[in-house]
Amino acid sequence: MLELEFMRLAFAAGIVVGLLAPAVGFFLVQRRLSLIGDGIGHVAFAGVALGYLLDLPLVLTALIVSIVGALTIEALRTRRGAAGDQALALVFYTGIAGGVVLVSAAGALNVNLFQFLFGSILTVTRGDLVVIAALGAAALAVIALLYRALVAVVVDEEGARVAGLPVGWLNALTAGLAAVTIAVSMRVVGILLIAALMVLPVVAAGRVAWSMRSTMFLAMGIGLASVLAGITIAYYADLPPGGTTVLVAAAAVLLAEPAAVLRR
Amino acid sequence: MPLTVRLDHVSFAYGHGPPVLRDVSLEIDRGEFVAIAGPNGGGKTTLVRLVLGLEQPDAGRVELRAERLGYLAQRAQAGVDAPLTVRELVSAGRVPRTRLIGPLSRSDRDAVLDAIDRVGLLPLAERRLSALSGGQQQRAFIAKALAAEPELLVLDEPTTGVDVESQESLGALLERLHRELDVTILYVSHEFGAVERFVERIILVRGELVYDGPPKDLPELWHDPSHAHA
Repeated sequence: MLELEFMRLAFAAGIVVGLLAPAVGFFLVQRRLSLIGDGIGHVAFAGVALGYLLDLPLVLTALIVSIVGALTIEALRTRRGAAGDQALALVFYTGIAGGVVLVSAAGALNVNLFQFLFGSILTVTRGDLVVIAALGAAALAVIALLYRALVAVVVDEEGARVAGLPVGWLNALTAGLAAVTIAVSMRVVGILLIAALMVLPVVAAGRVAWSMRSTMFLAMGIGLASVLAGITIAYYADLPPGGTTVLVAAAAVLLAEPAAVLRR
Repeated sequence: MPLTVRLDHVSFAYGHGPPVLRDVSLEIDRGEFVAIAGPNGGGKTTLVRLVLGLEQPDAGRVELRAERLGYLAQRAQAGVDAPLTVRELVSAGRVPRTRLIGPLSRSDRDAVLDAIDRVGLLPLAERRLSALSGGQQQRAFIAKALAAEPELLVLDEPTTGVDVESQESLGALLERLHRELDVTILYVSHEFGAVERFVERIILVRGELVYDGPPKDLPELWHDPSHAHA
């Protein structure tokens, strides 16, 4: 399998995404914002469509539109009550609807689009890998450097605000990291499934972990194992790699459940 | 005594709703241990949120002369589902006193352990918060607030869901911390019995300020929290 270059590239991209997605998802899950990844994914779709329309690199346009969308969602999220919730729904659906209209206008409503919706890791090129690795490494470095501050906001947002931490800035950074993760990961598991890879490994890790730090590292391990196992199974069983990867991550949650029950 | 908090004819309502607080004026000096009491919905939490700058008054003026603030919010315990240990929780409270980037220094780690020790949880420092009792969780959150070495410590309903024995124990802990650390404490509760004998002053809030003075002078009727519903 590894004698094939496209498989080596797929595994390399998968390693980056397998580590990055749960690391960012860790902060979203702990803040009970698991579904925000889905929302940003919807907006990223509009970015891909814009790239088709303007004939620009799709990862670049998806990244820019995702960051704008993530910051908009974060700003709306801080609003109280149902109005904020409805505003979030507005962003989600505007993103996907705008994407459909833009991609149709670009005449790209075809099979290529499926690569971004459901992932197409086996078509990752060397150029794609350089972009994925650079963005992924930068995002992981930011998390490593600001881990304590990000955790302080996760643990007690209002207490952190009162104590003088730049909570708004840190929340915007988390949203930005989520946007980068989605732009980086869309070739691997697809826009529609990336949120699952951000959330499921964290949920599985939370069942067996003994601390915040161990949750994060276990989640990254489970994410990595899910991607590697998913690609391998997909290769030998002729299955779609994105969907297979997410199913492996879902199985990890089920396997971890007995540990949670025993702990109680 | 230098002034820590001043509210000058403060009124507040959420959105276009009815006023929650009307024309409240008070001053709190540095080093005071004050209970803010009153019925549910009486405006106690709103009052401290105004003090901490989390809400802005519709009328009047709020002045806060303290830079280091510790706040235990009413629902801070909601985070106990997260798989964090006592040490991780208290370390999070230390972050405002450190640079944001990189690991904690040795002196910061010592300060974290000191805060945990002050609330009597050092043997449980590596335990998951969710494995502790309600009273121990509250102590851990107080340690988190202490880790920033606050000048003003605000505790909003810290005894909610905690048994009577733990309430007594928490009251004694706060009295000792107040004495040892010379910190100004605002203790919000609708059941202030546990701290009544420790605080120097009770402020009773029921939409407006209805009593402000020493606990011993509090009219007997108001010792019963249900007075507000009469």
